[in-house]
Amino acid sequence: MAVLLLAEVSGGTLALDATAKVATAAAQLGEVTALVCGPRAAGEAAGKIAAISKVLVCEDEAVANGLAENVSQLLLDNADGMTHIISSASNAGKNVLPRVAALLDAMVITDVIKIVDAQTFKRPIYAGNAVQTVVSLDAVKVLSVRTAAFEAAGEGGYAAVEVVALTGVSALTAHVEDKLVASGRPELTSAKIVVSGGRGVGSETDFALISALADKLGGAVGASRAAVDSGFAPNDLQVGQTGKVVAPDLYIAVGISGAIQHLAGMKDSKIIVAINKDEEAPIFQVADFGLVADLFEAVPELTEKL
Amino acid sequence: MKILVPVKRVIDYNVKVKVKADGSGIDLANVKMSMNPFDEISVEAAIRLKEAGTASEVVLVSIGDKKASETIRAGLAMGADRGILIEADTDGDIEPLVVAKLLVKVVEEETPQLVILGKQAIDNDMNATGQMLAALLGWGQATFASEMEIADGKAVVTREVDGGLQTMTVTLPAIITTDLRLNEPRYASLPNIMKAKKKPMSEKTTADYGVDTSPRLKVIATEEPAGREAGIRVGSVDGLVEKLKEMGLV
Ligand SMILES: Cc1cc2nc3c(=O)[nH]c(=O)nc-3n(C[C@H](O)[C@H](O)[C@H](O)COP(=O)(O)OP(=O)(O)OC[C@H]3O[C@@H](n4cnc5c(N)ncnc54)[C@H](O)[C@@H]3O)c2cc1C
Ligand SMILES: Nc1ncnc2c1ncn2[C@@H]1O[C@H](COP(=O)(O)O)[C@@H](O)[C@H]1O
Repeated sequence: MAVLLLAEVSGGTLALDATAKVATAAAQLGEVTALVCGPRAAGEAAGKIAAISKVLVCEDEAVANGLAENVSQLLLDNADGMTHIISSASNAGKNVLPRVAALLDAMVITDVIKIVDAQTFKRPIYAGNAVQTVVSLDAVKVLSVRTAAFEAAGEGGYAAVEVVALTGVSALTAHVEDKLVASGRPELTSAKIVVSGGRGVGSETDFALISALADKLGGAVGASRAAVDSGFAPNDLQVGQTGKVVAPDLYIAVGISGAIQHLAGMKDSKIIVAINKDEEAPIFQVADFGLVADLFEAVPELTEKL
Repeated sequence: MKILVPVKRVIDYNVKVKVKADGSGIDLANVKMSMNPFDEISVEAAIRLKEAGTASEVVLVSIGDKKASETIRAGLAMGADRGILIEADTDGDIEPLVVAKLLVKVVEEETPQLVILGKQAIDNDMNATGQMLAALLGWGQATFASEMEIADGKAVVTREVDGGLQTMTVTLPAIITTDLRLNEPRYASLPNIMKAKKKPMSEKTTADYGVDTSPRLKVIATEEPAGREAGIRVGSVDGLVEKLKEMGLV
């Protein structure tokens, strides 16, 4: 069994935690070759992940921005002899893997949370209200995995790094610009603590209450869809069925009602705290510790007392 | 310019899903079904392009059982022009790879310049069909769109990516998949619902297209996820701080 792993790269650097988690999943399937679209240094960082045996780096500008036409071509160019192609179930992975699968006449397996054996996988459906076990009948298995469901592989590896070239650049798409949100906080999907705000927070200005609590705890900030749609928080902070899936040690939901679409993104957190003024809010059904209170009083007090 | 919008009939997003007791799947008996919410966003986007004079016709296609015609009617009531119902010869869900192969045939017949799909169907949560269709057609793709504009034979699309937003261009014909922030779909007015009943809808079957519909993923079990017990209420912020300290979390 041989596995080709598409590494997570963000802003030219390797997303180490995410890649190391995908590597853990990949190593359950066979020997892992990581493909890194980015500078050589990112490739070298991947080579230190113990579960990775070999690293291929492509420094071509045409794959640096994740454009699916080019990245899928690069994956296919390097897929000879591979039994599995794997990535994180991030937006970057989900943009590319179904395209690769279709070109291999295979069905992609999205959001895998458990690898049963080399062809059997578990994945949630219906916003996590059910879990399916599927057996892939395809020659090459193409799958994306939820990083929240796997431990990060350790470091201490020394995989050889080989530079590979892209055979042809697609003229179909062109990159214009990235507007990435820079924050000094830990990355949402790998943070140990996440504090999320919902519609109850009321405004972009008051969302600072959420950030202040997160900063006090050294955690990441998340948001419900309602908070993002209302412009309180940027889109990349949305937690849920159609946003990011997180499973930190501590998740604090503030002014969030607990719709199934939100629960889908956080219900595997170890400890859940809910702060909501409505004692009937469904979020309390999944919370380990519930506090019925007005967030405008409770959150500043909590930030101060921690 | 013609726009093709694939729309899927799915369980309504408000319904609490139940796994069948024998583990054979999801209980869909007597539950409310609706158009996949992302597909409503796609239909809205297409209609706006028609209203702006950029598109000339909006064609909907749905693959499923006979009742998928209701989903097409819902989109026609929003303002799309006509529909194509493809009745599937299988029970249960049809995989994105099969849907994409059928859509290739529809694209060959209809020659749209743009196909707008939802980023994800909220039942199987696959997030795959648009990317697969783009691959099979050899077209460019712009997924997870939160803004789009058509000009000079190209679409300029802002995408929701992991760390924020990305703007890119894709040459037409192209595939776009929609994200939540692209627009707010309109409600169909009563007169438009009446008018939609008379809009043309052709009825086909998967057999008409000669596409193999057998699944590649064999579902061997469908289970309830591990449940979560409700915990305790703390009476005050102090009570909460105490619990968090006890647990060693802060
Ligand atoms: C296709 C689709 C995909 C979706 N994907 C997602 C997703 O990925 N993630 C997601 O989160 N949602 C998603 N949703 C939306 C989801 O259904 C809910 O609408 C959303 O999660 C609600 O957000 P909320 O809890 O912040 O807002 P609300 O449901 O409006 O809840 C606000 C809460 O704040 C409380 N509150 C108000 N004021 C105060 C106060 N002063 N102090 C304390 N509490 C207060 C209220 O009691 C209430 O419980 C999706 C929906 C659809 C249709
Ligand atoms: N059976 C279907 N009929 C019509 N469109 C579909 C069907 N299945 C998927 N689609 C389209 O593909 C999108 C993504 O679905 P999926 O890849 O299954 O998550 C949906 O939002 C629809 O636009």
